Amino acid sequence: MIVDYFLSEEQQMIVEVARQITDEKIIPQRVELDEKEEFPSEILKAVAQADLFGLYIPEEYGGFGGGCFDMVIALEQFSRGCVGVATSFAASALGAYPILIAGSDELKEKYLPQIASGEKLAAFGLTEANAGSDASGIQTTAVLDGDEWVLNGTKQWITNGGEAGIYTVIAITDRSKGPRGASMFVIEATDPGFSYGAKEKKLGIRTSSTRELIFKDCRIPANRLVGRLGTGFFTVMKTLDLSRPGIASLGLGLGQAALDESVIYAKQRIQFGKPIISFQAVQHMLADMAIQLESSRALVYATARYIDSKPKDMSKVSSMCKVAATDMAMKVSIDAVQVLAGYGYMRDYPVEKMMRDAKILQIYEGTNQIQRNVIGQALNKEYSRS
Amino acid sequence: MKILVCIKQVPDAKDVRLDPKTNTMSREGVQSIMNPFDAHALEEAVQLKEKFGGSVTVISMGPPQAEETLLQAVACGADEAVLVSDRAFAGADTWATTYTLSMAIKTLGGFDLIICGKQAIDGDTAQVGPGLAQRLDIPYVTYVRKVNNVIDGKIIVERMMDDGYDEVEFQMPGLLTVVKEINEPRIASLKGKMKAKKMKATVLTASDIKADLKCLGLQGSTTQVVRVFSPEFKAERSMLTGTVDEQVGKLIEKLEGLL
Ligand SMILES: Cc1cc2nc3c(=O)[nH]c(=O)nc-3n(C[C@H](O)[C@H](O)[C@H](O)COP(=O)(O)OP(=O)(O)OC[C@H]3O[C@@H](n4cnc5c(N)ncnc54)[C@H](O)[C@@H]3O)c2cc1C
Repeated sequence: MIVDYFLSEEQQMIVEVARQITDEKIIPQRVELDEKEEFPSEILKAVAQADLFGLYIPEEYGGFGGGCFDMVIALEQFSRGCVGVATSFAASALGAYPILIAGSDELKEKYLPQIASGEKLAAFGLTEANAGSDASGIQTTAVLDGDEWVLNGTKQWITNGGEAGIYTVIAITDRSKGPRGASMFVIEATDPGFSYGAKEKKLGIRTSSTRELIFKDCRIPANRLVGRLGTGFFTVMKTLDLSRPGIASLGLGLGQAALDESVIYAKQRIQFGKPIISFQAVQHMLADMAIQLESSRALVYATARYIDSKPKDMSKVSSMCKVAATDMAMKVSIDAVQVLAGYGYMRDYPVEKMMRDAKILQIYEGTNQIQRNVIGQALNKEYSRS
Repeated sequence: MKILVCIKQVPDAKDVRLDPKTNTMSREGVQSIMNPFDAHALEEAVQLKEKFGGSVTVISMGPPQAEETLLQAVACGADEAVLVSDRAFAGADTWATTYTLSMAIKTLGGFDLIICGKQAIDGDTAQVGPGLAQRLDIPYVTYVRKVNNVIDGKIIVERMMDDGYDEVEFQMPGLLTVVKEINEPRIASLKGKMKAKKMKATVLTASDIKADLKCLGLQGSTTQVVRVFSPEFKAERSMLTGTVDEQVGKLIEKLEGLL
């Protein structure tokens, strides 16, 4: 049994609801959704009906008023079923955070209830063809024309592209101001001059939608600016600090599922007249998987609870838990395929999909190299203070 | 629209075992669940509420622990829960059950629509829905697979038949029993679970519903269990041989011999 983290009664309910959706809706459909690369609309409807889209949104905006930890335990369940589905859910939160963190009351009142009810999905648009890890390279611009902003440019690889109704997008508003020259905006799916590129064909998380957002003289009202002018990158950083433990928890759910499959299989598979779990080489592999999983879970849970205490600076811990849990998920899912070997390599068993899905966790919301940069820089700063 | 859903707590069919000596169900260690057909009745009621407004009350006749199942219904969208519970109700057959439920419903009063599952998976009689409608003297439709519309106090439903379906319309109040095809029950929501956590079912006893004690429980039941046994499988098999005509001739001879 895993360590008891003494969840509150409410948190146990969150886990129960998310677990039931995972077992009854996600797991039975994941193979077909992956194969057909079909968006999980029906599952997300069940998630909405169960009130989970409002988990992290304050009660005054129709949400549950939960925090980072509540999101982590829900996402951990979903990703035990399918990281593609869990990503679609998590990306909506990613799109909502900028409004939550920096939006005016007017924007909050308009958009958060729609996101909380699941009536509309949200998405987050930062990356561009020439701006991946180096976000400062973005080319999309927003120019004020009377009482409207006019956006031009293309965002790339945006999760929930084409499926979301609400997009938070960063654009350059004054190139001469450097890092203070970008601002965040809310774009609605129906805004004029806004369209999408083709759906990307991916290694994993195939049920999730990844598309370009194309802005050609896209006009939006002036009040769609999120936060003050020029604070776009600041809002992006705060958004990612808050969302990274969520990505970490996708690693936990996936790691748990991979371990479960491996142990169950190793007990059943007979070679040389014995179940393969009786071979020490296999046992040690399983033991290492369990150790890595449990230690990541401890770090992710501790970090999420720390974030819920609203510390001033959380970049370092947020990055640390993202790296630990997603590197773990990659390693554990590769080992799961090794334990199941030939059967594991076949699409009849779920571990090959887990291995394909794990890879994205080390890439999006900042690659694990970039996370290590953040951690390293924070250490450097911490130790030069004393 | 005020909707009432009748719900029974039943043993989970997955766990059920028969006591080899008495041939009765051994309930020990068996999980209780909401009768699966009733989950569909509840879902339909909640969907009707969401579409046309109103409220959903769930009612169950059963022991105190049946409250758990009623609160589960609250987590899935019901507004009120009523438990009809009294020692005097014990041992009721469908005759006594419909009497008890009808008295409770008369006490509560004022429902436009009552929805039941087609049958309970433990008794499998499918009698309580229609029996209850008779006692309340309201129209009913069984095996409903779809509610097409509700207008001007009328409801239009589809009744599943072997060779298709009937479209039936009636003036409410009335009663429906539903089949699994009607909908897919939802997963309990977070807010629903929180609400259920804080709620208690209203309990109605025999005196609360002004019941005639003679009509309750075992005493009020017309069904008498004489013996419980598993039917023995005694079918004899024989093979008819010869040409087709010969086989047909032999078959007719055998059948005539049975008359
Ligand atoms: C499926 C998918 C979904 C996505 N969803 C979204 C989304 O919803 N919204 C959004 O805005 N973006 C999204 N992204 C984009 C994602 O965040 C970027 O892919 C990621 O930030 C990395 O950028 P890049 O791919 O351009 O890699 P690059 O920046 O080109 O990096 C290439 C390699 O160089 C390394 N590297 C780069 N710079 C450094 C450095 N300074 N130090 C050390 N190593 C470095 C990287 O770690 C990496 O290994 C998504 C991407 C994918 C694949």
